[in-house]
Amino acid sequence: MEIPYAVKPRPDTGLYNAKLGIWLFLASEVMLFGGLFSSYILLRVNAEEGAWPHHWLNIWLGMTNTFVLIFSSVTVVLGWASLKMGQFKRYKFFQGITLLCALTFLGIKSVEYRDKFMHYEVHLKDGRIADGHLQPAETTDKTLVLEGRFAASHAELMEGSLHHGGEPVIEIPRDQIVSMENYGPWHNTYTALYFTLTGLHALHVVGGAIVIFAIWGPLAKVWEQDPERYTNRVEVSGLFWHFVDLIWIFLFPVLYLL
Amino acid sequence: MSDLHSPSAAAGAADDHSIEQGRKRIRTYLIVGVALMCGTVMTVWASLINFGSREINIALALFIASTKGFLVAGFFMHLISEKKMIYAVLSFTTFFFLALMYLTLFSMAHGNIVHIR
Repeated sequence: MEIPYAVKPRPDTGLYNAKLGIWLFLASEVMLFGGLFSSYILLRVNAEEGAWPHHWLNIWLGMTNTFVLIFSSVTVVLGWASLKMGQFKRYKFFQGITLLCALTFLGIKSVEYRDKFMHYEVHLKDGRIADGHLQPAETTDKTLVLEGRFAASHAELMEGSLHHGGEPVIEIPRDQIVSMENYGPWHNTYTALYFTLTGLHALHVVGGAIVIFAIWGPLAKVWEQDPERYTNRVEVSGLFWHFVDLIWIFLFPVLYLL
Repeated sequence: MSDLHSPSAAAGAADDHSIEQGRKRIRTYLIVGVALMCGTVMTVWASLINFGSREINIALALFIASTKGFLVAGFFMHLISEKKMIYAVLSFTTFFFLALMYLTLFSMAHGNIVHIR
């Protein structure tokens, strides 16, 4: 049995069903991310003066990822426009670039995540705080080696640096350590929000990339059988991809810059 | 609704697939793409400049982000020329989203009352 209105628009909505479906889904996604953004606003505004981190993330990596997602959004619409003109090979080329962009985005994101998991705040017996990136190759049973700095107070750690890396190597005898913790989601409210928001966003990137790949690869034969239907599928997957881009456009300034 | 099957609608559909229309689209997408890239650079620039007040940085960064959002939604997602049904869905979404944000701000402004009760 043929599914109705997979290609032709329904007379009452003026849309083919999948398009209405994806917009309803995106509406629910707006509320999902809206809830998280409202949590962010609540926690950020109520944070005590000087207690909210600033420049903890690498702006240049975040900016690169923004460029990658914008570029991928352009290739998605170029692919769809190519199909509208009947140019299947061009579509394959553009959508292939989209998939490479998705992998690049996730690669850069994983580098950023690794950076946070290797970043430690170490409280010492003399009251100082050592803050920096763990050097596993040089760390021994007796000495912890970090590339970072000493801080006199916790408040001093709230201001990060625009230039990540290139800090001095510091050696800390393990018997001087009171406690230590990396910058994972458990570290503080900011890292919890950062990992939740960007993690959920990254899951959307993975989901979108899988769908785009499926249409681009295994389901490409539909183009031969029903080009209009195939073009609609590309449009629907593209709408989701643009939404993922849209969310990142707001996440980038909120988490990296402000 | 009946216009979906009319001769003018059929002509519109054929035009939708024409090479000329396709080239126009591509030109628009490329311009929007470049504008988004420039907007990203401006966002970073605006966040690094000292305007004397942090609120100005925040307002400017969010204004640029909103403009970029409008470009993506309007041109890449074709919202500037969509069907009424989608506008109806999105108007409900906007209403509930704004209500959510209002509740967030309301709870902050009246935090003491909420906590006392």
